[in-house]
Amino acid sequence: MPSEEQTIVDIRKRIAFNKLRDHIFWIIGLFSTLIGFILLFTLMIDLLIDGFPRLSWQFITSYPSRFPEKAGILSAWVGTTLVMIVTASTAVPLGIAAGIYLEEYGKKNWLTHLIEINMNNLAGVPSIIYGLLALSLFVYFLKFGESILTGGLTLGLLILPMVVIATRESIRAIPNSIREASYALGATKWQTIKDHILPYSSGGILTGMIIGLSRAIGETAPIITVGALTFIAFLPTSPITSEFPFFSFRWLLDPFTVMPIQMFNWVSRPQSGFHLNAAAAGIILLFMTLLMNGFAIYLRYRFRKRIKW
Amino acid sequence: MHVLGMISEKLKAEVKNLNFYYNDFRALKNINLPIGAKRITALIGPSGCGKTTYLRCFNRMHDLYPNNRYEGEIILYPEGLNIIDPKVDPIEVRMRISMVFQKPNPFPKTVFENVAYGLRVRGENKMNFLKERVEKALKQAALLDEVKDRINDLAYNLSGGQQQRLCIARALATEPEILLFDEPTSALDPTATLKIEELIMQLKKELTIIIVTHNMQQAARVSDYTAFMYLGEIVEFDKTGKVFTHPSQKLTEDYITGRFG
Repeated sequence: MPSEEQTIVDIRKRIAFNKLRDHIFWIIGLFSTLIGFILLFTLMIDLLIDGFPRLSWQFITSYPSRFPEKAGILSAWVGTTLVMIVTASTAVPLGIAAGIYLEEYGKKNWLTHLIEINMNNLAGVPSIIYGLLALSLFVYFLKFGESILTGGLTLGLLILPMVVIATRESIRAIPNSIREASYALGATKWQTIKDHILPYSSGGILTGMIIGLSRAIGETAPIITVGALTFIAFLPTSPITSEFPFFSFRWLLDPFTVMPIQMFNWVSRPQSGFHLNAAAAGIILLFMTLLMNGFAIYLRYRFRKRIKW
Repeated sequence: MHVLGMISEKLKAEVKNLNFYYNDFRALKNINLPIGAKRITALIGPSGCGKTTYLRCFNRMHDLYPNNRYEGEIILYPEGLNIIDPKVDPIEVRMRISMVFQKPNPFPKTVFENVAYGLRVRGENKMNFLKERVEKALKQAALLDEVKDRINDLAYNLSGGQQQRLCIARALATEPEILLFDEPTSALDPTATLKIEELIMQLKKELTIIIVTHNMQQAARVSDYTAFMYLGEIVEFDKTGKVFTHPSQKLTEDYITGRFG
Protein backbone atom coordinates (compact mmCIF):
# COMPACT_ATOMS: atom_id res chain seq x y z
CA MET A 1 0.00 0.00 0.00
CA PRO A 2 1.44 3.41 -0.96
CA SER A 3 2.18 5.60 2.02
CA GLU A 4 0.43 8.62 0.49
CA GLU A 5 -2.95 6.92 0.31
CA GLN A 6 -5.64 9.57 0.93
CA THR A 7 -8.02 8.96 3.76
CA ILE A 8 -11.64 10.04 3.51
CA VAL A 9 -10.75 13.01 5.75
CA ASP A 10 -8.06 14.13 3.32
CA ILE A 11 -10.49 13.83 0.41
CA ARG A 12 -13.06 15.94 2.23
CA LYS A 13 -10.42 18.58 2.92
CA ARG A 14 -9.48 18.54 -0.73
CA ILE A 15 -13.12 18.96 -1.81
CA ALA A 16 -13.56 21.88 0.60
CA PHE A 17 -10.45 23.54 -0.81
CA ASN A 18 -11.60 23.04 -4.43
CA LYS A 19 -15.00 24.44 -3.57
CA LEU A 20 -13.41 27.46 -1.96
CA ARG A 21 -11.55 28.23 -5.18
CA ASP A 22 -14.77 27.75 -7.08
CA HIS A 23 -16.39 30.30 -4.80
CA ILE A 24 -13.57 32.82 -5.21
CA PHE A 25 -13.89 32.72 -8.97
CA TRP A 26 -17.64 33.16 -8.68
CA ILE A 27 -17.06 36.38 -6.75
CA ILE A 28 -14.45 37.67 -9.22
CA GLY A 29 -16.76 36.92 -12.14
CA LEU A 30 -19.75 38.59 -10.52
CA PHE A 31 -17.67 41.64 -9.61
CA SER A 32 -16.38 42.03 -13.18
CA THR A 33 -19.84 41.71 -14.62
CA LEU A 34 -21.23 44.26 -12.21
CA ILE A 35 -18.50 46.83 -12.96
CA GLY A 36 -19.44 46.86 -16.64
CA PHE A 37 -23.13 46.78 -15.95
CA ILE A 38 -23.18 49.45 -13.24
CA LEU A 39 -21.01 51.84 -15.27
CA LEU A 40 -23.25 51.53 -18.28
CA PHE A 41 -26.35 51.84 -16.16
CA THR A 42 -25.06 54.97 -14.38
CA LEU A 43 -24.28 56.52 -17.73
CA MET A 44 -27.78 55.87 -19.00
CA ILE A 45 -29.40 57.15 -15.80
CA ASP A 46 -27.25 60.29 -15.88
CA LEU A 47 -28.23 60.89 -19.50
CA LEU A 48 -31.90 60.36 -18.67
CA ILE A 49 -31.84 62.68 -15.62
CA ASP A 50 -30.12 65.44 -17.57
CA GLY A 51 -31.97 65.11 -20.82
CA PHE A 52 -35.43 63.90 -19.95
CA PRO A 53 -36.89 67.26 -18.84
CA ARG A 54 -35.73 68.74 -22.14
CA LEU A 55 -37.55 66.11 -24.25
CA SER A 56 -40.66 67.51 -25.89
CA TRP A 57 -42.40 67.63 -29.22
CA GLN A 58 -40.93 71.08 -29.70
CA PHE A 59 -37.41 69.67 -29.23
CA ILE A 60 -37.94 67.09 -31.96
CA THR A 61 -39.56 69.47 -34.44
CA SER A 62 -37.32 72.53 -34.06
CA TYR A 63 -34.19 73.60 -35.88
CA PRO A 64 -31.05 74.52 -33.94
CA SER A 65 -31.06 77.96 -32.36
CA ARG A 66 -28.84 80.38 -30.49
CA PHE A 67 -31.16 79.97 -27.51
CA PRO A 68 -30.90 76.57 -25.82
CA GLU A 69 -34.58 76.44 -24.85
CA LYS A 70 -35.68 77.06 -28.46
CA ALA A 71 -33.15 74.73 -30.06
CA GLY A 72 -34.20 71.33 -31.46
CA ILE A 73 -32.90 68.35 -33.39
CA LEU A 74 -35.16 68.29 -36.46
CA SER A 75 -32.39 68.68 -39.02
CA ALA A 76 -30.17 66.27 -37.09
CA TRP A 77 -32.51 63.31 -36.81
CA VAL A 78 -33.78 63.74 -40.36
CA GLY A 79 -30.14 63.90 -41.51
CA THR A 80 -29.23 60.78 -39.53
CA THR A 81 -32.22 58.89 -40.90
CA LEU A 82 -31.45 59.80 -44.51
CA VAL A 83 -27.74 59.08 -44.15
CA MET A 84 -28.55 55.68 -42.63
CA ILE A 85 -30.89 54.91 -45.53
CA VAL A 86 -28.06 55.60 -47.98
CA THR A 87 -25.62 53.59 -45.86
CA ALA A 88 -27.91 50.59 -45.49
CA SER A 89 -29.00 50.54 -49.12
CA THR A 90 -25.40 50.58 -50.39
CA ALA A 91 -23.36 48.64 -47.84
CA VAL A 92 -25.84 45.83 -47.22
CA PRO A 93 -26.45 44.65 -50.82
CA LEU A 94 -22.79 45.16 -51.76
CA GLY A 95 -21.55 43.39 -48.64
CA ILE A 96 -23.89 40.43 -49.07
CA ALA A 97 -23.03 40.06 -52.76
CA ALA A 98 -19.31 40.24 -52.01
CA GLY A 99 -19.65 37.71 -49.18
CA ILE A 100 -21.54 35.29 -51.42
CA TYR A 101 -19.01 35.70 -54.19
CA LEU A 102 -16.06 35.03 -51.89
CA GLU A 103 -17.68 31.97 -50.29
CA GLU A 104 -19.53 30.35 -53.16
CA TYR A 105 -17.97 31.47 -56.42
CA GLY A 106 -14.42 32.64 -55.72
CA LYS A 107 -11.83 29.93 -56.15
CA LYS A 108 -9.65 29.49 -53.11
CA ASN A 109 -6.34 30.90 -54.28
CA TRP A 110 -3.78 33.50 -53.16
CA LEU A 111 -5.93 36.35 -54.46
CA THR A 112 -9.03 35.49 -52.44
CA HIS A 113 -6.75 34.81 -49.49
CA LEU A 114 -5.29 38.30 -49.84
CA ILE A 115 -8.76 39.82 -50.11
CA GLU A 116 -9.80 37.93 -46.98
CA ILE A 117 -6.83 39.21 -44.94
CA ASN A 118 -7.46 42.76 -46.17
CA MET A 119 -11.15 42.54 -45.42
CA ASN A 120 -10.46 41.57 -41.80
CA ASN A 121 -7.96 44.41 -41.45
CA LEU A 122 -10.32 46.93 -43.04
CA ALA A 123 -12.89 46.21 -40.34
CA GLY A 124 -10.38 47.55 -37.81
CA VAL A 125 -9.22 50.68 -39.64
CA PRO A 126 -9.93 53.89 -37.64
CA SER A 127 -12.99 55.65 -38.99
CA ILE A 128 -11.18 58.95 -39.57
CA ILE A 129 -9.14 57.20 -42.28
CA TYR A 130 -12.39 56.37 -44.09
CA GLY A 131 -13.31 60.03 -43.73
CA LEU A 132 -10.11 61.12 -45.46
CA LEU A 133 -10.59 58.57 -48.25
CA ALA A 134 -14.19 59.67 -48.72
CA LEU A 135 -13.20 63.33 -48.78
CA SER A 136 -10.87 62.82 -51.73
CA LEU A 137 -13.01 60.20 -53.50
CA PHE A 138 -16.62 61.35 -53.07
CA VAL A 139 -16.22 65.09 -52.45
CA TYR A 140 -13.29 66.07 -54.69
CA PHE A 141 -13.08 63.35 -57.33
CA LEU A 142 -16.70 62.33 -57.88
CA LYS A 143 -17.97 65.81 -56.93
CA PHE A 144 -20.88 64.62 -54.80
CA GLY A 145 -20.27 67.64 -52.59
CA GLU A 146 -20.69 67.75 -48.83
CA SER A 147 -23.97 65.95 -49.17
CA ILE A 148 -26.14 63.21 -47.68
CA LEU A 149 -24.94 60.93 -50.49
CA THR A 150 -21.31 61.49 -49.50
CA GLY A 151 -22.08 60.97 -45.83
CA GLY A 152 -24.07 57.79 -46.46
CA LEU A 153 -21.47 56.33 -48.80
CA THR A 154 -18.68 57.12 -46.34
CA LEU A 155 -20.42 55.26 -43.54
CA GLY A 156 -21.32 52.53 -46.03
CA LEU A 157 -17.64 52.09 -46.81
CA LEU A 158 -16.93 51.94 -43.09
CA ILE A 159 -19.35 49.11 -42.38
CA LEU A 160 -18.91 47.20 -45.66
CA PRO A 161 -16.19 44.92 -44.23
CA MET A 162 -18.41 44.05 -41.27
CA VAL A 163 -21.29 43.06 -43.54
CA VAL A 164 -18.95 41.00 -45.73
CA ILE A 165 -17.43 39.21 -42.76
CA ALA A 166 -20.83 38.49 -41.17
CA THR A 167 -22.18 37.21 -44.49
CA ARG A 168 -19.21 34.92 -45.03
CA GLU A 169 -19.37 33.53 -41.51
CA SER A 170 -23.03 32.70 -41.63
CA ILE A 171 -22.69 31.18 -45.11
CA ARG A 172 -19.82 29.07 -43.84
CA ALA A 173 -22.01 27.76 -41.03
CA ILE A 174 -24.32 26.06 -43.55
CA PRO A 175 -23.32 22.39 -43.75
CA ASN A 176 -21.92 21.30 -47.07
CA SER A 177 -24.43 18.45 -47.14
CA ILE A 178 -27.18 21.02 -47.78
CA ARG A 179 -25.34 22.37 -50.82
CA GLU A 180 -24.75 18.85 -52.10
CA ALA A 181 -28.42 17.97 -51.64
CA SER A 182 -29.39 20.95 -53.76
CA TYR A 183 -26.83 20.32 -56.50
CA ALA A 184 -27.72 16.63 -56.59
CA LEU A 185 -31.28 17.58 -57.54
CA GLY A 186 -29.95 19.44 -60.56
CA ALA A 187 -29.92 22.95 -59.15
CA THR A 188 -27.51 25.50 -60.56
CA LYS A 189 -25.25 27.58 -58.37
CA TRP A 190 -27.60 30.55 -58.43
CA GLN A 191 -30.64 28.37 -57.61
CA THR A 192 -28.72 26.91 -54.69
CA ILE A 193 -27.78 30.38 -53.43
CA LYS A 194 -31.23 31.88 -53.89
CA ASP A 195 -33.22 28.95 -52.46
CA HIS A 196 -30.86 27.76 -49.75
CA ILE A 197 -27.70 29.70 -48.97
CA LEU A 198 -29.34 33.12 -48.65
CA PRO A 199 -32.46 32.12 -46.72
CA TYR A 200 -30.52 29.95 -44.27
CA SER A 201 -27.84 32.55 -43.61
CA SER A 202 -30.15 35.55 -43.36
CA GLY A 203 -30.09 35.46 -39.55
CA GLY A 204 -26.33 35.89 -39.38
CA ILE A 205 -26.31 38.45 -42.17
CA LEU A 206 -28.87 40.53 -40.30
CA THR A 207 -26.74 40.38 -37.17
CA GLY A 208 -23.82 41.78 -39.14
CA MET A 209 -26.06 44.46 -40.52
CA ILE A 210 -27.21 45.47 -37.01
CA ILE A 211 -23.66 45.68 -35.70
CA GLY A 212 -22.57 47.69 -38.73
CA LEU A 213 -25.47 50.14 -38.74
CA SER A 214 -25.30 50.62 -34.97
CA ARG A 215 -21.69 51.60 -35.35
CA ALA A 216 -22.45 53.88 -38.31
CA ILE A 217 -25.26 55.76 -36.56
CA GLY A 218 -22.87 56.97 -33.85
CA GLU A 219 -19.91 57.87 -36.07
CA THR A 220 -18.83 61.50 -35.94
CA ALA A 221 -15.25 61.80 -37.17
CA PRO A 222 -15.65 60.66 -40.79
CA ILE A 223 -18.83 62.68 -41.18
CA ILE A 224 -17.12 65.85 -40.00
CA THR A 225 -14.19 65.08 -42.30
CA VAL A 226 -16.42 64.98 -45.38
CA GLY A 227 -17.83 68.32 -44.36
CA ALA A 228 -21.19 67.87 -42.70
CA LEU A 229 -22.49 71.15 -41.31
CA THR A 230 -22.78 71.73 -37.59
CA PHE A 231 -25.51 74.32 -37.75
CA ILE A 232 -28.27 73.76 -40.25
CA ALA A 233 -31.69 75.37 -40.15
CA PHE A 234 -33.49 73.75 -43.08
CA LEU A 235 -34.48 70.26 -44.21
CA PRO A 236 -33.27 68.45 -47.33
CA THR A 237 -35.54 68.44 -50.37
CA SER A 238 -38.52 66.21 -49.77
CA PRO A 239 -38.24 62.80 -51.46
CA ILE A 240 -41.96 62.95 -52.28
CA THR A 241 -43.07 65.65 -54.73
CA SER A 242 -46.42 66.93 -55.91
CA GLU A 243 -45.56 66.55 -59.58
CA PHE A 244 -44.95 63.45 -61.67
CA PRO A 245 -43.11 61.10 -60.96
CA PHE A 246 -43.93 62.01 -57.33
CA PHE A 247 -40.49 61.23 -55.98
CA SER A 248 -37.16 62.92 -56.19
CA PHE A 249 -33.57 62.13 -55.34
CA ARG A 250 -32.52 65.77 -55.00
CA TRP A 251 -32.17 65.26 -51.24
CA LEU A 252 -29.16 63.04 -51.88
CA LEU A 253 -27.09 66.08 -52.85
CA ASP A 254 -28.33 68.38 -50.08
CA PRO A 255 -26.15 69.43 -47.14
CA PHE A 256 -26.91 67.80 -43.81
CA THR A 257 -25.98 67.25 -40.21
CA VAL A 258 -26.34 64.15 -38.04
CA MET A 259 -27.20 63.53 -34.40
CA PRO A 260 -23.68 62.93 -33.04
CA ILE A 261 -22.42 66.14 -34.68
CA GLN A 262 -25.31 68.12 -33.24
CA MET A 263 -24.56 66.67 -29.81
CA PHE A 264 -20.86 67.38 -30.13
CA ASN A 265 -21.67 70.96 -31.14
CA TRP A 266 -23.88 71.48 -28.12
CA VAL A 267 -21.52 69.92 -25.65
CA SER A 268 -18.73 72.24 -26.74
CA ARG A 269 -20.82 75.38 -26.00
CA PRO A 270 -20.34 77.17 -22.65
CA GLN A 271 -24.05 77.55 -21.75
CA SER A 272 -25.31 74.71 -19.56
CA GLY A 273 -28.70 74.78 -21.36
CA PHE A 274 -26.98 73.36 -24.43
CA HIS A 275 -25.45 70.58 -22.35
CA LEU A 276 -28.95 69.49 -21.36
CA ASN A 277 -29.93 69.60 -25.03
CA ALA A 278 -27.00 67.31 -25.83
CA ALA A 279 -28.19 64.82 -23.19
CA ALA A 280 -31.71 64.92 -24.60
CA ALA A 281 -30.37 64.35 -28.13
CA GLY A 282 -28.39 61.44 -26.71
CA ILE A 283 -31.59 59.86 -25.47
CA ILE A 284 -33.13 60.20 -28.92
CA LEU A 285 -30.02 58.75 -30.58
CA LEU A 286 -30.10 55.78 -28.20
CA PHE A 287 -33.77 55.34 -28.96
CA MET A 288 -33.10 55.41 -32.72
CA THR A 289 -30.37 52.77 -32.32
CA LEU A 290 -32.64 50.62 -30.19
CA LEU A 291 -35.45 50.93 -32.71
CA MET A 292 -33.15 49.85 -35.52
CA ASN A 293 -31.74 46.96 -33.49
CA GLY A 294 -35.19 45.93 -32.38
CA PHE A 295 -36.39 45.73 -35.95
CA ALA A 296 -33.35 43.73 -37.02
CA ILE A 297 -33.64 41.39 -34.03
CA TYR A 298 -37.29 40.82 -34.89
CA LEU A 299 -36.36 39.98 -38.48
CA ARG A 300 -33.60 37.68 -37.35
CA TYR A 301 -35.95 35.92 -34.97
CA ARG A 302 -38.44 35.36 -37.77
CA PHE A 303 -35.81 34.01 -40.16
CA ARG A 304 -33.75 32.02 -37.80
CA LYS A 305 -35.91 30.55 -35.09
CA ARG A 306 -36.59 27.42 -37.07
CA ILE A 307 -33.09 26.58 -38.26
CA LYS A 308 -30.66 24.67 -36.09
CA TRP A 309 -27.78 22.89 -37.75
CA MET B 1 -10.60 -8.58 -63.73
CA HIS B 2 -12.89 -8.84 -66.71
CA VAL B 3 -16.43 -8.28 -65.69
CA LEU B 4 -18.06 -6.68 -68.71
CA GLY B 5 -20.36 -9.17 -70.33
CA MET B 6 -20.92 -11.02 -67.07
CA ILE B 7 -24.50 -9.85 -66.98
CA SER B 8 -26.70 -11.39 -69.59
CA GLU B 9 -29.67 -9.11 -68.93
CA LYS B 10 -30.48 -5.62 -70.09
CA LEU B 11 -28.05 -2.92 -68.96
CA LYS B 12 -28.87 0.56 -67.70
CA ALA B 13 -25.28 1.69 -67.57
CA GLU B 14 -21.81 0.43 -68.21
CA VAL B 15 -18.59 1.64 -66.65
CA LYS B 16 -15.57 1.26 -68.90
CA ASN B 17 -11.96 1.79 -67.81
CA LEU B 18 -12.95 4.42 -65.27
CA ASN B 19 -10.10 6.20 -63.53
CA PHE B 20 -10.57 9.01 -61.11
CA TYR B 21 -8.02 11.44 -59.70
CA TYR B 22 -8.07 13.82 -56.74
CA ASN B 23 -5.15 16.03 -57.81
CA ASP B 24 -2.50 13.40 -58.51
CA PHE B 25 -4.00 10.74 -56.30
CA ARG B 26 -5.57 7.98 -58.34
CA ALA B 27 -8.62 7.03 -56.30
CA LEU B 28 -10.22 4.69 -58.84
CA LYS B 29 -8.20 2.34 -60.99
CA ASN B 30 -9.49 0.97 -64.28
CA ILE B 31 -12.97 0.17 -63.11
CA ASN B 32 -15.20 -1.88 -65.39
CA LEU B 33 -18.69 -2.67 -64.22
CA PRO B 34 -22.07 -3.37 -65.78
CA ILE B 35 -25.18 -1.93 -64.11
CA GLY B 36 -28.26 -4.07 -64.76
CA ALA B 37 -31.48 -2.23 -65.60
CA LYS B 38 -33.98 -2.31 -62.70
CA ARG B 39 -31.53 -4.23 -60.59
CA ILE B 40 -29.81 -3.36 -57.34
CA THR B 41 -26.05 -3.28 -57.54
CA ALA B 42 -24.26 -3.12 -54.19
CA LEU B 43 -20.72 -1.91 -53.62
CA ILE B 44 -18.93 -3.21 -50.57
CA GLY B 45 -15.41 -2.78 -49.27
CA PRO B 46 -13.42 -1.36 -46.38
CA SER B 47 -13.36 2.36 -45.58
CA GLY B 48 -11.37 4.43 -48.02
CA CYS B 49 -11.53 1.85 -50.82
CA GLY B 50 -13.23 4.28 -53.19
CA LYS B 51 -16.86 3.13 -53.04
CA THR B 52 -18.26 6.59 -52.41
CA THR B 53 -15.86 8.19 -54.88
CA TYR B 54 -17.09 5.74 -57.47
CA LEU B 55 -20.76 6.38 -56.69
CA ARG B 56 -20.31 10.14 -56.89
CA CYS B 57 -18.99 9.79 -60.46
CA PHE B 58 -22.49 8.79 -61.52
CA ASN B 59 -24.02 12.16 -60.76
CA ARG B 60 -20.87 14.18 -61.40
CA MET B 61 -20.69 15.31 -57.77
CA HIS B 62 -16.91 15.60 -58.14
CA ASP B 63 -17.42 18.50 -60.54
CA LEU B 64 -18.37 20.66 -57.55
CA TYR B 65 -14.81 20.68 -56.25
CA PRO B 66 -11.61 21.76 -57.98
CA ASN B 67 -8.76 19.54 -59.17
CA ASN B 68 -10.84 16.42 -59.74
CA ARG B 69 -10.45 14.50 -62.97
CA TYR B 70 -12.31 11.64 -64.62
CA GLU B 71 -10.90 9.28 -67.22
CA GLY B 72 -12.77 6.58 -69.11
CA GLU B 73 -16.49 6.22 -69.71
CA ILE B 74 -19.77 5.70 -67.92
CA ILE B 75 -22.24 4.88 -70.66
CA LEU B 76 -25.90 5.49 -69.91
CA TYR B 77 -28.34 3.35 -71.89
CA PRO B 78 -30.50 3.31 -73.98
CA GLU B 79 -28.95 6.23 -75.85
CA GLY B 80 -25.33 5.43 -75.02
CA LEU B 81 -24.41 8.80 -73.54
CA ASN B 82 -21.05 9.01 -71.79
CA ILE B 83 -22.09 10.91 -68.66
CA ILE B 84 -18.57 11.77 -67.52
CA ASP B 85 -17.68 13.39 -70.83
CA PRO B 86 -16.76 17.02 -70.00
CA LYS B 87 -19.05 18.09 -72.84
CA VAL B 88 -22.05 16.61 -71.05
CA ASP B 89 -23.56 19.10 -68.61
CA PRO B 90 -23.35 17.77 -65.03
CA ILE B 91 -26.72 19.38 -64.27
CA GLU B 92 -28.37 17.27 -66.98
CA VAL B 93 -26.75 14.16 -65.48
CA ARG B 94 -27.98 15.07 -61.97
CA MET B 95 -31.48 15.61 -63.28
CA ARG B 96 -31.52 12.04 -64.60
CA ILE B 97 -29.61 10.33 -61.80
CA SER B 98 -30.64 11.09 -58.21
CA MET B 99 -28.75 10.52 -55.02
CA VAL B 100 -29.52 9.74 -51.39
CA PHE B 101 -26.72 10.69 -49.01
CA GLN B 102 -25.16 9.01 -46.01
CA LYS B 103 -26.65 11.34 -43.42
CA PRO B 104 -30.22 12.51 -43.88
CA ASN B 105 -29.85 16.02 -45.28
CA PRO B 106 -33.30 17.54 -45.66
CA PHE B 107 -33.51 21.27 -46.29
CA PRO B 108 -34.74 23.37 -43.37
CA LYS B 109 -38.02 23.79 -45.19
CA THR B 110 -41.38 22.05 -44.97
CA VAL B 111 -41.87 18.40 -45.87
CA PHE B 112 -43.72 19.50 -48.99
CA GLU B 113 -41.05 21.95 -50.13
CA ASN B 114 -38.33 19.37 -49.60
CA VAL B 115 -39.95 16.88 -51.93
CA ALA B 116 -41.03 19.52 -54.42
CA TYR B 117 -37.60 21.15 -54.69
CA GLY B 118 -36.32 19.00 -57.54
CA LEU B 119 -39.44 19.86 -59.53
CA ARG B 120 -39.15 23.54 -58.71
CA VAL B 121 -35.58 23.50 -60.01
CA ARG B 122 -37.05 22.26 -63.27
CA GLY B 123 -39.39 25.25 -63.37
CA GLU B 124 -42.52 23.37 -62.24
CA ASN B 125 -44.62 25.72 -60.13
CA LYS B 126 -48.20 24.61 -60.72
CA MET B 127 -49.53 23.70 -57.30
CA ASN B 128 -51.79 20.88 -58.53
CA PHE B 129 -48.98 19.17 -60.36
CA LEU B 130 -46.57 19.60 -57.45
CA LYS B 131 -49.10 18.23 -54.96
CA GLU B 132 -49.74 15.18 -57.09
CA ARG B 133 -46.04 14.44 -57.55
CA VAL B 134 -45.12 15.09 -53.92
CA GLU B 135 -47.85 12.74 -52.77
CA LYS B 136 -46.75 10.07 -55.22
CA ALA B 137 -43.12 10.38 -54.14
CA LEU B 138 -44.02 10.23 -50.44
CA LYS B 139 -46.10 7.14 -51.11
CA GLN B 140 -43.23 5.51 -53.00
CA ALA B 141 -40.93 6.29 -50.10
CA ALA B 142 -43.42 4.69 -47.65
CA LEU B 143 -43.70 7.95 -45.77
CA LEU B 144 -47.07 9.31 -46.84
CA ASP B 145 -49.10 7.75 -44.02
CA GLU B 146 -46.74 9.07 -41.37
CA VAL B 147 -46.53 12.63 -42.62
CA LYS B 148 -49.80 13.29 -44.39
CA ASP B 149 -50.98 15.54 -41.54
CA ARG B 150 -47.59 17.18 -41.20
CA ILE B 151 -46.92 18.04 -44.82
CA ASN B 152 -46.40 21.71 -43.95
CA ASP B 153 -44.32 20.99 -40.88
CA LEU B 154 -40.61 21.58 -40.88
CA ALA B 155 -38.70 18.51 -42.09
CA TYR B 156 -36.35 18.77 -39.09
CA ASN B 157 -39.20 17.74 -36.81
CA LEU B 158 -39.24 14.25 -38.35
CA SER B 159 -37.23 11.39 -36.85
CA GLY B 160 -33.91 10.38 -38.41
CA GLY B 161 -35.41 7.44 -40.29
CA GLN B 162 -38.30 9.56 -41.53
CA GLN B 163 -35.87 12.25 -42.64
CA GLN B 164 -33.93 9.71 -44.68
CA ARG B 165 -37.13 8.46 -46.31
CA LEU B 166 -37.99 12.07 -47.00
CA CYS B 167 -34.66 12.40 -48.78
CA ILE B 168 -35.55 9.29 -50.78
CA ALA B 169 -38.92 10.84 -51.66
CA ARG B 170 -37.13 14.02 -52.68
CA ALA B 171 -34.86 12.02 -54.96
CA LEU B 172 -37.81 10.08 -56.42
CA ALA B 173 -40.07 13.06 -57.11
CA THR B 174 -38.20 13.90 -60.29
CA GLU B 175 -38.57 10.30 -61.58
CA PRO B 176 -34.87 9.58 -62.04
CA GLU B 177 -33.54 6.75 -64.18
CA ILE B 178 -30.98 5.66 -61.60
CA LEU B 179 -31.04 6.17 -57.84
CA LEU B 180 -27.72 6.25 -56.00
CA PHE B 181 -27.57 5.37 -52.30
CA ASP B 182 -24.44 6.31 -50.35
CA GLU B 183 -24.57 4.23 -47.14
CA PRO B 184 -28.14 5.37 -46.59
CA THR B 185 -28.63 3.63 -43.25
CA SER B 186 -25.31 4.21 -41.52
CA ALA B 187 -26.78 6.99 -39.35
CA LEU B 188 -29.98 5.12 -38.50
CA ASP B 189 -31.16 2.64 -35.89
CA PRO B 190 -32.00 -0.99 -36.83
CA THR B 191 -35.77 -0.46 -37.18
CA ALA B 192 -35.36 2.52 -39.46
CA THR B 193 -32.68 0.59 -41.38
CA LEU B 194 -35.05 -2.29 -41.98
CA LYS B 195 -37.71 0.06 -43.34
CA ILE B 196 -35.27 1.66 -45.75
CA GLU B 197 -34.05 -1.74 -46.92
CA GLU B 198 -37.61 -2.88 -47.65
CA LEU B 199 -38.16 0.36 -49.50
CA ILE B 200 -35.06 -0.10 -51.65
CA MET B 201 -36.22 -3.58 -52.64
CA GLN B 202 -39.63 -2.19 -53.58
CA LEU B 203 -38.10 0.57 -55.67
CA LYS B 204 -36.20 -1.71 -58.00
CA LYS B 205 -39.47 -2.51 -59.77
CA GLU B 206 -39.34 0.98 -61.17
CA LEU B 207 -35.74 2.07 -61.42
CA THR B 208 -32.11 1.05 -61.35
CA ILE B 209 -30.34 1.28 -58.00
CA ILE B 210 -26.71 1.44 -57.01
CA ILE B 211 -25.99 1.24 -53.29
CA VAL B 212 -22.78 1.70 -51.38
CA THR B 213 -22.83 0.00 -48.02
CA HIS B 214 -20.60 -0.72 -45.10
CA ASN B 215 -22.91 -3.37 -43.93
CA MET B 216 -22.36 -6.70 -45.66
CA GLN B 217 -25.60 -8.20 -44.40
CA GLN B 218 -27.38 -5.28 -46.01
CA ALA B 219 -25.73 -5.93 -49.36
CA ALA B 220 -26.60 -9.62 -49.08
CA ARG B 221 -30.22 -8.86 -48.18
CA VAL B 222 -31.08 -6.25 -50.76
CA SER B 223 -28.87 -6.50 -53.82
CA ASP B 224 -28.92 -8.55 -57.01
CA TYR B 225 -25.29 -7.93 -57.86
CA THR B 226 -22.38 -7.15 -55.59
CA ALA B 227 -19.02 -5.62 -56.36
CA PHE B 228 -16.23 -5.84 -53.83
CA MET B 229 -13.82 -2.95 -54.01
CA TYR B 230 -10.39 -2.70 -52.47
CA LEU B 231 -7.87 0.15 -52.82
CA GLY B 232 -9.70 1.69 -55.73
CA GLU B 233 -10.10 -1.50 -57.72
CA ILE B 234 -12.94 -3.91 -58.29
CA VAL B 235 -11.72 -7.19 -56.82
CA GLU B 236 -14.81 -9.19 -57.51
CA PHE B 237 -18.17 -8.72 -59.17
CA ASP B 238 -20.94 -11.27 -59.48
CA LYS B 239 -24.46 -12.17 -58.51
CA THR B 240 -24.85 -11.36 -54.83
CA GLY B 241 -25.55 -14.97 -53.83
CA LYS B 242 -22.36 -16.10 -55.52
CA VAL B 243 -20.16 -13.39 -53.99
CA PHE B 244 -21.34 -14.18 -50.48
CA THR B 245 -21.31 -17.97 -50.72
CA HIS B 246 -18.56 -18.84 -53.20
CA PRO B 247 -16.30 -15.83 -53.68
CA SER B 248 -13.70 -16.47 -56.37
CA GLN B 249 -11.05 -14.28 -54.76
CA LYS B 250 -9.26 -14.94 -51.48
CA LEU B 251 -9.42 -11.18 -50.63
CA THR B 252 -13.21 -11.13 -50.98
CA GLU B 253 -13.55 -14.15 -48.75
CA ASP B 254 -11.31 -12.58 -46.11
CA TYR B 255 -13.39 -9.41 -46.16
CA ILE B 256 -16.82 -10.97 -46.01
CA THR B 257 -15.80 -13.35 -43.26
CA GLY B 258 -14.58 -10.39 -41.25
CA ARG B 259 -10.87 -11.13 -41.31
CA PHE B 260 -10.16 -7.48 -42.19
CA GLY B 261 -11.98 -4.24 -42.90
